[in-house]
Amino acid sequence: MSPQSRAKLLRSLSIGVAAVAVVLAVDSAVHVLMAQNPFGGARPEPVGGVVGWLLEKQSEFYRQMSSTIRAARSDGSAVWTLLVISFAYGIFHAAGPGHGKAVIASYLVANQETARRGIVLSFASALMQSLVAVVIVGICAWLLNATAKTMCGAERAIEIGSYALIAAFGARLVWTKGRSFFRTLHVPRTIPAMAAAGHQHLHDHDHHDHDHHHHHDAHDEHEHHHDHDHSHDHAHGHGHVHDEHCGHSHGPTPDQLAGPGGWRRGLTAIFTVGIRPCSGAILVLVFALAQGLFWAGIAATFVMGLGTAITVAAIAIVAVSAKGVARRLADSRDGGGAIIMRGLEFGAAGLVLLFGVGLLLGYVVTERVTCF
Amino acid sequence: MKIALHRVAVLLVWLALGTGAAQAHPHVWVTATSELLYAPDGSFTGVRHAWTFDDMFAAYALQGIESKKKGVYTREELAPLAQTNVESLHEYAFFTFARVEGKKQKFGEPTDYFLDYTNGELTLHFTLPLKTPVKSKQLAVEVYDPTYFIDFGMAPKDPVKLVGALAGCQMQLQRPSDGTATAQKLNEQTFLDGGVNATFGMMFANKITVDCP
Repeated sequence: MSPQSRAKLLRSLSIGVAAVAVVLAVDSAVHVLMAQNPFGGARPEPVGGVVGWLLEKQSEFYRQMSSTIRAARSDGSAVWTLLVISFAYGIFHAAGPGHGKAVIASYLVANQETARRGIVLSFASALMQSLVAVVIVGICAWLLNATAKTMCGAERAIEIGSYALIAAFGARLVWTKGRSFFRTLHVPRTIPAMAAAGHQHLHDHDHHDHDHHHHHDAHDEHEHHHDHDHSHDHAHGHGHVHDEHCGHSHGPTPDQLAGPGGWRRGLTAIFTVGIRPCSGAILVLVFALAQGLFWAGIAATFVMGLGTAITVAAIAIVAVSAKGVARRLADSRDGGGAIIMRGLEFGAAGLVLLFGVGLLLGYVVTERVTCF
Repeated sequence: MKIALHRVAVLLVWLALGTGAAQAHPHVWVTATSELLYAPDGSFTGVRHAWTFDDMFAAYALQGIESKKKGVYTREELAPLAQTNVESLHEYAFFTFARVEGKKQKFGEPTDYFLDYTNGELTLHFTLPLKTPVKSKQLAVEVYDPTYFIDFGMAPKDPVKLVGALAGCQMQLQRPSDGTATAQKLNEQTFLDGGVNATFGMMFANKITVDCP
């Protein structure tokens, strides 16, 4: 086999894999959507196994909370029981729907993120979720003595806002990741390019063609390249040094983590996920308030958030590690790896958008607040 | 190598979707008793529900409601809340789905509604009239929340009553826990129906069927 045809074959193979990944993503998405769609004709599957068990445990812990709060009125030690139950509930509950696992996991995959940042994101967003719940109940119920109707209305407004935020956040990710994915896809991969650039650099810069990795010290070549590839260079060539895509070749450096766009992007993720309080926490808080033990409810809410954070962080670590494995696998093959990684990131970004839109339109229902 | 990558891709997709789209657990528990109402000519006219809420939700619902005596609420004091309840329930089709010989029936606006608070239990009573009463040998009424935010369980004792039905009518209740409801859903008819109720919450449906001679 000639080197050319081998490269061609590899390229088609990688496109194939990327396509499979995208098809899988779309298929699962459609599956999820259809399962919720009244006209989809999908049928529910019996709840069993791990999911069934999780559901059962959650319900169990959740239902124990009200009796424990009641007991705490006369017996202070019941508060400890309440905290233990809340913690357990948080852990189990976060494994279920919502709580931004999907958003955080997809975000981590779409971007070059470390496990450590995944953990920080998980804890920060869970803390914010708890805070929002306490603030809502504190203001509406405790300060204003508003009715459930008002409070639920506020919850709903926040909920819709958070869905819109997820969609916007996803759209932004799709925009950035889509651009780099299609750029990667469209560049003809010639043999000299592979030879000169090596697989690492191909990830980031193959739209500049092979000479590009010299760009710091090889101005002439760069200039020369401008003539051929005008639009590409203008769009990307100058900015990419600070661009997150650089992370692919070197791994993120500490200043990239905290640098411009780094924490800001992270904060957007925290805000997007954290703005929506857990309906369970709100009910527990109002119940505690009615029992004259608001502080116990607040403590329970934060402990619940801690439990949630642990589960979400665990999922975040798995997401980051899985992407690490994918990257190593992609790196070990020639040029095509870039397409796969970009495709993966693009797909993950697409999922965030899909989720946001699905939630907004009601196709995906994750514990939608029900007011009545 | 290709297979390994493929697997990683699948894992990532699962992480993003599978974990996120998993099922909800209920936040509100309702213990229901329902009466199926019949006109003298034997036609089915509607359902009268009594839904008792769990104590956590009761506290939530009662939040901000003024009462003369602390912790005691009269029907009058609860009237605005009952009004809100039935108005809001409209959006959720009252969590009540009736079919006559497989055909979906429409309910009108609720009547005779009130909230009752006794022994720390909050119960919503309301009558859900059919838009057009129907005479039929076969009737099915399901009570559930498709999103499963609310868990509906029929009361352990006397959960369903037929009021004014013709002699010889047989009522059967399938509770979600006994598995028969799920098995029922998987039959051919579900697909023919186009799965109108085809949602996750459907697994937790209480299905009342009535067969009349």
